Amino acid sequence: MAWTWFHRLASPPHVYRVARRLTPWLAWPAAVLIIAGLIGGLVLAPPDYQQGDGYRIIYVHAPSAWMSLLVYATMAVAAGIGLIWRMKVAHAVAAASAPIGASFTFAALVTGSLWGAPMWGTYWQWDPRLTSELILLFLYLGYMGLRSAFDDLQRADRVSAVLAVVGVVNVPIIHYSVVWWNSLHQPPSLMYLGKPTMPPSMFVPLLVMLVGFTLFYGALLLVRLRGEVLSRERAASWVREAVRP
Amino acid sequence: MPDSGAVTSPLRPAFSTAGDAAGAAVSAVGAARLVLARDLKLAFRKRSQLVQPLAFFAIVTTLFPLGVSPELPRLRPMAAGVLWAAALLASLLALELLFRDDAQDGTLEQYALSGRSLTWLLAAKTAAHWLLTGLPLALMAPLAGIALGAPGAAVPGIVVSVAVGTVALSLIGSIGAALTLGVRRSGALLSLLTLPLDIPVLIFGARATELAISGEAYGVPLQLLAALAVLGLTLAPLAAAAAVRINLE
Repeated sequence: MAWTWFHRLASPPHVYRVARRLTPWLAWPAAVLIIAGLIGGLVLAPPDYQQGDGYRIIYVHAPSAWMSLLVYATMAVAAGIGLIWRMKVAHAVAAASAPIGASFTFAALVTGSLWGAPMWGTYWQWDPRLTSELILLFLYLGYMGLRSAFDDLQRADRVSAVLAVVGVVNVPIIHYSVVWWNSLHQPPSLMYLGKPTMPPSMFVPLLVMLVGFTLFYGALLLVRLRGEVLSRERAASWVREAVRP
Repeated sequence: MPDSGAVTSPLRPAFSTAGDAAGAAVSAVGAARLVLARDLKLAFRKRSQLVQPLAFFAIVTTLFPLGVSPELPRLRPMAAGVLWAAALLASLLALELLFRDDAQDGTLEQYALSGRSLTWLLAAKTAAHWLLTGLPLALMAPLAGIALGAPGAAVPGIVVSVAVGTVALSLIGSIGAALTLGVRRSGALLSLLTLPLDIPVLIFGARATELAISGEAYGVPLQLLAALAVLGLTLAPLAAAAAVRINLE
């Protein structure tokens, strides 16, 4: 009985309706939180004693980096569910997540590089976090490339799901090996913003941005999921009714 | 492949008719051993394919002195990195062939239907792949290393690190090869899938080789490399078997 909600998620029309109803409930709070976080971070927070105003890019950089990992984990969990229970909607969630995650990863790379320009004096340093972010981007590209290489949608779903699961086992290994590699080759970087040293006036906007970005992903995912479900079910009769103006 | 027909299905005599007592006695490990022997036999009938990755490795290492500088003092600091990048690419080159022929002539399907653990059979195929590319690469790497300025004393370190590292590379690569089984012209996609996953191997392998070349103790990165190989050995054949099954559906 308690699992009915889970079983109903296997039904594409049900998911389509739920996604449509839920989207504004995520999109509006996301917009409010991101605007509030930006005002808090860019206007209200005091300048850093070392980096001046330059540090403020963290309010976009850190949430993007956080989302790049969260989306990958979501994608892998969805792919795993799709693989184990053969749930089409779970595969659709994974397929809809990949481009969003790749975009967040790209945003984290660009903002990290822009942040590096004033702080390191160069646009690119082989900083461990930046390097593992770059590798994560390659993982996303590989996932999307593999998915698009198959004409048969079901096969594309299941093959790319195996890759997502393999990738999620590897992400921590890659991250720590890159950290270890970096500690051998490079002195500790300038960039140090540990949480204890961050006053609440800086930290709270960051937290607001993190939550805002997460909700933003949720809203984007629901929109993309609807598109994904519609295109997968385009032959079904409920789709004709759902898209009728 | 005119002469490969004779050995396409080593499992047939063992697996055939139900009443065959010898067939029933073949365990998972026994079947895996048959597959290993068959893959080695087939490979030695096509020697030119065996030599290609090695020649590729030699050419790539030659490119660096030509592109950078012929002076050994300038080449020595980058020798480990060059060796590993070349070894990575050479093992990748051979990966495309790992499952392709067997998928095309239906052998892989027979393996999947044989009732034997596909995981074990694929592990055997991967072992054959390592014996045919990883091991020769490990034996050849010191030559390239010395040509790039490594001292003679570094030879054991280079051989061991490349040998252990290529085990992990073959295993990770078997997943990529299994995933791209149904894709035509999979070369570029295969590299895009496999190389990011290979990065930890590259880091620890190059570090071990670098320490060996500079005459220091290389035990720690070698152990980490061995840990990666063991992790790959436990998980990669499972993932590869899952991917092959999906692609055969």
